[in-house]
Amino acid sequence: MATQPLEPGAFNPWIDRRSGISDRRKGEAESPLGAVLNEPIPGGASLAYVFGSGLLYLFLSQIVTGMFLALYYVPSADHAHTTVAYLTKEVTSGSFIRSIHAYGSSAIVIVLLLHISQTFLYGAYKGRRKLLWLAGCVLFALMLGMSFTGYLLPWDQKAYFATTVGTNILTYIPVIGGPLKSLLRGGAEMGTITLSRFFVLHVFLLPSLILGFIAAHVLLFRRAGPAGPFQGDPQALKRSTEPFYPKQVVFDLLFALVIIGCLGLLAHYLPVALGPKANPSDTHYVPRPEWYYIPVFQWLKYWESGFAVVGILVIPAFVALLFVALPFLDRRPERRPWKRPVSVSIYAFIFIGLGALGGISHRNDLRDPAIAPQLAKQQTDVDAFMKKPFEPELAGVSPFAAQSLSPIASQGKRVFEEEGCIECHGADLSGTPSAPSLLGVGQKHDAAKLRSILNQPTDAMADGGMQPVDVREEDLAALIAFLESLK
Amino acid sequence: MNHSDEIHISSTAEEYKKLGGTASSRRSFLALLLSAGAASVGALLSVPLLRFLLHPLVKAKTQASWKEIGSVEDLASVTSPVKKLVKVEQRDGWRKIVSEKAVYVCRDANGHLCTLSSVCPHLGCSIAWHDDKNKFICPCHNGQFTAEGKLLGGPPPRGMDRLESKVEDGKLVVHYQTFKQLVPNKEVIA
Repeated sequence: MATQPLEPGAFNPWIDRRSGISDRRKGEAESPLGAVLNEPIPGGASLAYVFGSGLLYLFLSQIVTGMFLALYYVPSADHAHTTVAYLTKEVTSGSFIRSIHAYGSSAIVIVLLLHISQTFLYGAYKGRRKLLWLAGCVLFALMLGMSFTGYLLPWDQKAYFATTVGTNILTYIPVIGGPLKSLLRGGAEMGTITLSRFFVLHVFLLPSLILGFIAAHVLLFRRAGPAGPFQGDPQALKRSTEPFYPKQVVFDLLFALVIIGCLGLLAHYLPVALGPKANPSDTHYVPRPEWYYIPVFQWLKYWESGFAVVGILVIPAFVALLFVALPFLDRRPERRPWKRPVSVSIYAFIFIGLGALGGISHRNDLRDPAIAPQLAKQQTDVDAFMKKPFEPELAGVSPFAAQSLSPIASQGKRVFEEEGCIECHGADLSGTPSAPSLLGVGQKHDAAKLRSILNQPTDAMADGGMQPVDVREEDLAALIAFLESLK
Repeated sequence: MNHSDEIHISSTAEEYKKLGGTASSRRSFLALLLSAGAASVGALLSVPLLRFLLHPLVKAKTQASWKEIGSVEDLASVTSPVKKLVKVEQRDGWRKIVSEKAVYVCRDANGHLCTLSSVCPHLGCSIAWHDDKNKFICPCHNGQFTAEGKLLGGPPPRGMDRLESKVEDGKLVVHYQTFKQLVPNKEVIA
């Protein structure tokens, strides 16, 4: 092919020789790199095709920012909130990176909807692209799972209560709903085990699945080839075919630049806030899910107990099934949207419906006298928390410093100090190179055992330099009381 | 490959032929331009990431905070070294650790109160004062020091470490620090 823009060896001769990345093999029309860059796009490059690669860029950005956030984050109910507050308030660029990650999840939902809408309107799911569509549906579900699991991780009020409600919805599923909720939460209640599970889902399981399905999605796309415009004379489209490189590459890069710019500006000027730490005993908190779940949240309000299963389970499951099965239900080759009035109107109806539900929810929240002041108060709490400087968590307090001792035990502490026990066992009792820690020794031995050890150290202790304790009986009793208190 | 594809390709090939070598060089120039652009955007984006990563290394050290040992009045009677415990707060990332550290209050040659770290400059054991022998002896490797902390003998490479201390509102306060072991001169660790 005389027109092949990348000749063998053009990439990097050293790598080429060893990887064959730009070599054309026998029997193959193009080299692996050439096949990617020269992929023919019927009808030419278009701005309508940038959403897929935009999603790929966003996912990459989430992986990188997520990895960096994990440098400071600790997935435990004790520390999660402190660590997020630390990286948000104190660590350089922390607020920026966390905001890019949080806004990135919203951006993924937006670009995903654009990508799906483009695919839908162009009828690009038809014909040989059925499996491609199915892989995309799985990716859509996995992405929603990512945003749901990520929402809990900061462990602030919003995270805790929104996830409590979100997991409770599972109980609407007959028979398996309850056990499923318990499995996800790691028990009946929300707690530190729930946080660990969500962390594992968010950081290990779901991203691995997403990577796998992205690979499948891209592979199937390359197999089927770009669908091109939904109308036009096939001969004319073929004549105006353009390779992926350079024009579409430039479009894709420009779109990535737009995403970077939007996320960067938002993260810099409107950084994502962190609320006060989750307080499960707060009975007034009004949770609201992330904006893209608001329509569904509003929808759930309309279903009273008896019919709830219809509204919450049957209808959404039916819509989801309809969506997944689209290429199997709509088998005509027709791709022009105006020639597919039924499917296009259902699609538009669902979107307009979701938008309307979101609008109603927003209006209700503003008007409801029971809700509006509480939501305003919650916002004030968030603002107040963000203004406070970071408060480090008191940790590793030595029992020496923190414990309030009984009179006899504090007398024993004095004996401990005066007899020089401190030299080897350490001022904070955590041990030194010459003797072990005594923290928790009261749990290991009872008073009688402690007395016998103090009177006659074991051989191992004697080898380490421990001498029999030779003090008055009342001092020995006090010393034993002190050691016993070291639980 | 079908017939129409060939038509398309040969037409572009003719175009390229018309343009001579410039088409392919223009394309590789564009590739260079795009790679350079992507690389510079990537470099720009990695700035906050690097700052985030390096935060614990470059953040300003916490200011010296003075810890109270006791009132000068109570310490007036000190002739030989006395052990005192001071509460020391340390920041460990998002945690605050409070621990008690042992220091010795002593008198220097001029009769002023001074403070010594009880950590042996040899290998970090806690040094004990022996009133009967009138010297400090490290229980680990028998390092010995005078009442002012000067090295008398044994393996330690230097005398006991003097801690910065001063009298404030009638109270002796100390700036607790730890020092590198096994070096002949005092070097602050934290």
